[in-house]
Amino acid sequence: MTETAVSTAQESVDEFRGRARAWLAENMPRIDRDHPPATRLDQDASWQRARELQKRLHDGGFAGICFPREYGGLGLTIEYQKAFNAESAGYEMPLILNIPSFTICCATLLDVGSEDQKRQHISVALRGEEVLCQLLSEPSGGSDLAGVTTRGERRGDSWVINGAKIWSTSAFAADYGLCLARTDWDVPKHEGLTMFLLPIKHPGVTLRHIAMINGSSEFCEEFFDDVELPDDAVVGGVGNGWQVASRQMFHERRSMGRSSEFSSGLESDDAEAAPIDYLDLAQRTGQTGDGRVAALAGRALAHRAVAEHLADHVYQGVLDASMPAAAGSIIRLFYADASQLELDTAAAIASTAAVVGDDAALFDVGKRYLERQIVSLGGGTTEIARNVIAERVLNFPREYAADRGVPFNQVRRGTAG
Amino acid sequence: MTATDSGEQALFASTTRAFLGKEASLRTVRDLHAADKSFDPAWWRRAAELGWTSLLVSEDLGGGSVSGNGVADLALVAEMAGHTVAPGPLQPVSVVLAGLVDADNRTDHAAAIEAVMAGEAVASWAVYEPDRPFEPLAPTLTATATDTGYRLRGGKDRVEAAAESDLFLVVARFGDELRQFVVPADAAGVRIEPTPSIDMVKRYARVHFDDVDVATTASVGGPGQTATLIDRQTQIALILQCAELVGMLDEMLAATIAWAVDRHSFGRPLASYQALKHRFADLKTRFEACRATTAHAVSEVGARSPDADVSASIAKSFVGEWASVMLQDCIQLHGGIGLTWEHDLHMFLRRAALYRAMYGDPDYHNRRIFACLTESEVAQ
Repeated sequence: MTETAVSTAQESVDEFRGRARAWLAENMPRIDRDHPPATRLDQDASWQRARELQKRLHDGGFAGICFPREYGGLGLTIEYQKAFNAESAGYEMPLILNIPSFTICCATLLDVGSEDQKRQHISVALRGEEVLCQLLSEPSGGSDLAGVTTRGERRGDSWVINGAKIWSTSAFAADYGLCLARTDWDVPKHEGLTMFLLPIKHPGVTLRHIAMINGSSEFCEEFFDDVELPDDAVVGGVGNGWQVASRQMFHERRSMGRSSEFSSGLESDDAEAAPIDYLDLAQRTGQTGDGRVAALAGRALAHRAVAEHLADHVYQGVLDASMPAAAGSIIRLFYADASQLELDTAAAIASTAAVVGDDAALFDVGKRYLERQIVSLGGGTTEIARNVIAERVLNFPREYAADRGVPFNQVRRGTAG
Repeated sequence: MTATDSGEQALFASTTRAFLGKEASLRTVRDLHAADKSFDPAWWRRAAELGWTSLLVSEDLGGGSVSGNGVADLALVAEMAGHTVAPGPLQPVSVVLAGLVDADNRTDHAAAIEAVMAGEAVASWAVYEPDRPFEPLAPTLTATATDTGYRLRGGKDRVEAAAESDLFLVVARFGDELRQFVVPADAAGVRIEPTPSIDMVKRYARVHFDDVDVATTASVGGPGQTATLIDRQTQIALILQCAELVGMLDEMLAATIAWAVDRHSFGRPLASYQALKHRFADLKTRFEACRATTAHAVSEVGARSPDADVSASIAKSFVGEWASVMLQDCIQLHGGIGLTWEHDLHMFLRRAALYRAMYGDPDYHNRRIFACLTESEVAQ
């Protein structure tokens, strides 16, 4: 490891790329192009496999390329990560650890975590020994995240958590969750929140899988009954929960647009996330050479390419401060729209074979169509993204909010809350 | 693309911006239109003096870029010109120069290059043919051999600034070969027939070539090179369209945002209504996407990357499709004033509608993108 660290310090991107290429060939399993892996996010085995692969990356000195060296990473820039990603094409990678564990949770800990939290959780996660998730949304509220009602109460030297969370991606596979709880009810809603690192396997946590329309069940719902946490479980300070959650949302928007430097590998190398193959669809439906189909598919492919150009452009814009950090929502919104266009296009080309028939590849288009809105809902809805762009990028007036400046215990809430 | 890395580039950008602001304003465009003129030749010579026509030309031919990347410099000029939907033959002149300077026999055309660079001569690409879509590699205009060179016979169409041009770069079929020839506008047998254009100042014409004789040296590039030259010329045309559209959208989006912030209805600014905020968020998102994909295409074309061709098509497909939609949206967000002659919006919409269609509409480029990315034949 020491040797690696020394060599990377002087290494050019091309040298790094060459070393990565050789190492990948020696150490990582190759994907069978005709039968790419389809990682089921709701299966324990998938997560076990991802942890093993992550350990290999770490042992080989290629884990956490953009995470600082003192927390187990390589401390290199995104150009190195991109070079590695390109070289990783065709190899099985622990892609499911990218979102939310690395790109959102570890990235946020890096921003606001204590020195101990960074040293403990980031380096352990990079070794493949820990997975993190987010515990944010609640059954009683969707987009109004700051209105959470999970309680964090001080008892002696510890904190006790009670309440419920929902839509926690892959929480069943996680070791820790970043849990947003209300610790002060006498102040306006954004001010009374605290973020906790909560161990998922705690006896006070009851976890349930949520079955989705596509048959998957990686989303979870959790109930907390007197989950007792030590003081050092607080992330970013008591009463600063909203600031921490905001960093999570910032990182989440970037990860949704595939522009996070903390993401490793190519998502497209997994069959479940594989981009739509329009030529294959055209061939299976006997429409090769059809100008209408080619134009539809070409339009979708153009939007796919533009989404990448836009992600790079905004990433650089935020980096050089020519755009505000909130511009990440631009990537998020465009990516969602482009994804919708792709699924609509695929459904139009597959036509009846997407809804009735025994060609599995074409019928799969129908199944993916059913879950079309997932990209527009997950990670904050596109409606919220539009508000963010209008209010924090274009500086338009903020929406009226009846709870602004009102102590949370005086805010009207629905009966479900 | 708007990045101005060096002092020289910054100076070039500020000089160009000042020149456009003073001598190619929206007022100028309206005045030219009222006078039934396309552009003032003296003005174009001054633009040439600023270096606009030299950017694609190598130094040994008397040209020179500002940043070392002439394509990027030229795109910067086009983007700035877009802010005022400026007049002038920047596009046709640049496209012709791109072909001439890359030709194997570029030295045969040194005098033409020099005249065009000086702004003394205007040149335009005669590529479209009557009643046919954009098919640059499938001309029906024929060239036949004569004792002293070639004889051209056929018609071209949608030739920009034809009536103002001194030279045409004509795509022709010579037997089984694809060829291009430089033809003086005053050659015997050349007849120009203006056609109406939706733009305020950009004009187009049909150009008839009725047995026009040209010298052997009129040929641009050898038979094996012509398709490559035409691809390059098309790429330059496309990135200039896109860069100009980005400048146009930048200007009109800013104007529409200012309108929404300033204008009040029911006692509150338009910009405070969520239904409108969401539309502005979409406009902003698509605008940044237009800028991003144009910058990408400019960079690929500037580097002569193997992906230059498909990158230019992707940018044209996207920007070509969305620019008009976005400008129509700007009109809607302005209300009735947006539909008036007095408001500037229509000048931008005119140019966007023109560029959407010219050099392959989004549908044409979508079919090419599909063929290119899936390594299949272009479907008709």
